Amino acid sequence: MSYLEYNVKTVPSGWRKILYLNWPMVVLLSAIAGVGFLMLYSVAGGSFSPWAEPQMKRYVLGLTAMFVVALVPIWFWRNMAVLAYLGALGLLVLVEFFGTVGMGAQRWIDLGFMRLQPSEVMKIALVMILAAYYDWLPLRRTSHPFWVLLPVVLILLPTGLVLTQPDLGTALLLTFAGALMMFLAGVHWLYFAVVLGIGAGTIRMVFESRGTEWQLLKDYQFRRIDTFLDPSSDPLGAGYHITQAKIAMGSGGWTGKGFMQGTQSRLNFLPEKHTDFIFNTLAEEFGFIGGMSLLGLYILVLAFCLVSALANRDRFSSLLTLGVGLTFFLYFAVNMSMVMGLAPVVGVPLPLVSYGGSAMLVLMIAFGLVQSAHIHRPR
Amino acid sequence: MKRTSKETAQSARRITRRGLILGGLQLGFAGVLATRMRHMQVDQADEFRLLAEENRINIRLLPPARGRLFDREGRIIADNAPAYRITLVPEDADDVEAVIHRLAHLIELDDDAIERALAEVRRSAAPFLPVTIADRVSWEAVSRVAVNAPALPGVAPEVGLSRIYPLRELYAHVAGYVGPVSERDLARYEDPPPLLRIPRFQIGKVGIELHHEETLRGHAGTKRVEVNATGRVMREIDRREGEAGGDMQLTVDNALQEYVQARLGEESASVVVMDLEHGDLLAIASAPSYDPNKFVRGISIADYALLRDNDHRPLASKTVQDAYPPGSTFKMCTALAALEAGVIGPDDTVFCPGSYQVGTRTFRCWKRGGHGHMNLEASMRESCDVYYYDLALKVGIENIAAMARKLGLGSAPDVPMSAVTDGLVPDIEWKQRVRNQGWRIGDTVNASIGQGDILTSPLQLAVMTARIATGRSIEPRLVRRIDGVETPSRAGEDLGLNPQYLRWIWRSMHAVMNDRRGTGYGSRVEAEGMAMAGKSGTAQVLNRVVKNDEVPWEERDHALFVSFAPSDNPRIAVSVVVEHGGGGSAAAAPIARDVTLQALYGGKPPLDAYPSSQRTRIEAQQERLERERRLRLAEERSRA
Repeated sequence: MSYLEYNVKTVPSGWRKILYLNWPMVVLLSAIAGVGFLMLYSVAGGSFSPWAEPQMKRYVLGLTAMFVVALVPIWFWRNMAVLAYLGALGLLVLVEFFGTVGMGAQRWIDLGFMRLQPSEVMKIALVMILAAYYDWLPLRRTSHPFWVLLPVVLILLPTGLVLTQPDLGTALLLTFAGALMMFLAGVHWLYFAVVLGIGAGTIRMVFESRGTEWQLLKDYQFRRIDTFLDPSSDPLGAGYHITQAKIAMGSGGWTGKGFMQGTQSRLNFLPEKHTDFIFNTLAEEFGFIGGMSLLGLYILVLAFCLVSALANRDRFSSLLTLGVGLTFFLYFAVNMSMVMGLAPVVGVPLPLVSYGGSAMLVLMIAFGLVQSAHIHRPR
Repeated sequence: MKRTSKETAQSARRITRRGLILGGLQLGFAGVLATRMRHMQVDQADEFRLLAEENRINIRLLPPARGRLFDREGRIIADNAPAYRITLVPEDADDVEAVIHRLAHLIELDDDAIERALAEVRRSAAPFLPVTIADRVSWEAVSRVAVNAPALPGVAPEVGLSRIYPLRELYAHVAGYVGPVSERDLARYEDPPPLLRIPRFQIGKVGIELHHEETLRGHAGTKRVEVNATGRVMREIDRREGEAGGDMQLTVDNALQEYVQARLGEESASVVVMDLEHGDLLAIASAPSYDPNKFVRGISIADYALLRDNDHRPLASKTVQDAYPPGSTFKMCTALAALEAGVIGPDDTVFCPGSYQVGTRTFRCWKRGGHGHMNLEASMRESCDVYYYDLALKVGIENIAAMARKLGLGSAPDVPMSAVTDGLVPDIEWKQRVRNQGWRIGDTVNASIGQGDILTSPLQLAVMTARIATGRSIEPRLVRRIDGVETPSRAGEDLGLNPQYLRWIWRSMHAVMNDRRGTGYGSRVEAEGMAMAGKSGTAQVLNRVVKNDEVPWEERDHALFVSFAPSDNPRIAVSVVVEHGGGGSAAAAPIARDVTLQALYGGKPPLDAYPSSQRTRIEAQQERLERERRLRLAEERSRA
């Protein structure tokens, strides 16, 4: 299709592609993952097991996957978008029936060597399908009601499935990511204004449904929201976690208590210190400076994505690169807001830092796509 | 479908615009995050640091060693001894039940104790908290556990301090005892010190242990430990040792106290020996007594019932808690009141025909045949009642009551013991208020010889005697030093009594003991310069005519005796009360004499201090007491 107009010969080929990788981004991602290893080593009380070592192995696996994905031409991935989306959707349906129950929700499929979270796969598949969709859609139809409705369906299908797991956090992330993809593609801003209005109405309805027969959220989800709104209402119960997390972060001060000296995490006051709340360990042990450094790294990754996307004349590549950056942003923004007490605790990991297989692997594959777009950009 | 270059450019423009907007939004949100982080980590850092420290640091109290009690020679009365207990940390024992059964075999726990221990383990809040399996185990048991440690995972002996009274029953009523803190103890405080919440903390329950609780308790030390979220102690951060409680030295002379207790034997009796220089209580004994150690450990119901149901009332602190009619020992008081009022002189006589008529009532003298003409000395010596009936009517109850109060009766002596009674000195106002009856002349007559409503404790009698002997408002002193600091002397001020009158009283009391006709002549002292001056008394328990040895023990009269010695240069005052002992001169005076001599000689008195006719009997008595003492010592050694 549109690639026919590119001079394919100017695109690097064979192993020379490696030279054209977006290397600064590789370095940035590795630096972020390195922060993760350091913190996992610390929260294990100065030990590579049980978290740091598997995490490193996964990172190597993820890095390899990224390179493999990067070396494959971007047009192949564009053609795979529909398949990826349908596959992810299939996995989401599958997990409804064969998923393993963990933390009170059906979320993963045990593959033996790792636990696959289909919702994670969907995050990237959704970005791909929407990028491909808007690449395919003639520009003038972008804001046509029918052509707006179609991507909305594409977004709501997986969101609905994830919501039944129930995983409110991921569902929200999917919705946001999808909506912002549409925004990037140029859908008229009036649609967003209307949706925001409806969204506000929905939130109100959700709260009104509480305690009635048609209650829209589970009790524990309501409680999380309560706790978020007023952590002190339940200092020893659900509010305990967020209170302790804030204490960990706040007590770090400017420079922190020092590596492996964080009392809140070392003495187990901090909940989920190796997954969702790992940022608090960082903030406690390395202080404001440490926290800002990680935030800086994340922003640099976004900046490189933006630069790469804007420099890319291929519509699919641009949208995909921005979409991946967006997903990445939503991860860390929601996670950080949550651990700082700015958002309810919804169970979103800190990208590349929190201990966990699927999220890391999926993100690295996503950055593989970004790299592929970068290498194979029209010149 | 081919995209035109115009379309491509338009797409790029749109993506650039939207991408930059989004990028701006992202950067803005990152700014919000950074601001929030800065607010928490810089502006609120101190508050959060405090909260983190509060989380992490637990302050544990270290119980201080309780102050000890000594006698005036430094002999230890109340001590702290290591108390061992065996604890088990459930998570360290693989199979709790098996370990407890193995342990039970080693330290001889019965099935009940095993069951209790298992229940305790089940109740335990956290598996890492030690649970006490056996309390107050012997050192042997501890060493057996230590030797078998490999077979007993999680089992550890722990040591604490517990109160011990090495002299056992000698100071039960004086020192009192300690026990575990009860709700009632806590209720005494508006804001109970946190120390009292320490498990197994001991608090004074009665006696000096109760009255000087604040001195003896000391101040808690603190230990700061780091704990994790589940409360497990990770390490000790620092420790500030507490301040041990202040040691206290009592005025009691243990040798004398021991002699007194032994001398009283199985009697239900009490003795107070008071030094006349500072008011020191050299001995203050109530018999029979009990072993306070049993209360520290928690007395069994059977043991307690035994003490409670004993008709000799071992639990009662008779020296201060019980009030008896003083009987004839009150006559000095009546006489002094009359002398001070100027209604009689020492040689004024009253005729005693054996009874005394007041209106239509007849008051009898104990001697039915009458004493004939009696002056002050003779009336005291032979304890003529009629003389005092007559005196009382002349001087009136108000003067007598005032004198009694001046001599220390009618109000509780200030001693740090429990249940100290006020006694009772009746007067017109009292009778109107309490009985709602008018004072009758007969009441005055009864009061004159210490009968009727008047009540005194043995300690009050000793104080009364001491005041007569010194003419000063001497008060009893039981605590000599607190934490090395001498307590003020309680010799008191001059009472303002005419020395001449006092001398007449002294002479009369001397005659009681040393005149052939005196009621206490049988208990005289023959040693040079050791002569006693005293007065016997008999308090009626029931109004009757039959003789004491013809009625059951509990209906017999109380025998009382008060004395000071040496009569020409008084150093000590003594009061003796033998419950249901019969006549004062027969039952109480010999005890007073033995105790006096023991005190004056500072040990066993020579036999020739006693009248020659009594020496054989006294020697036998001394030998018996010495034998018993040795037996007791041997028993104590074998226990230790």
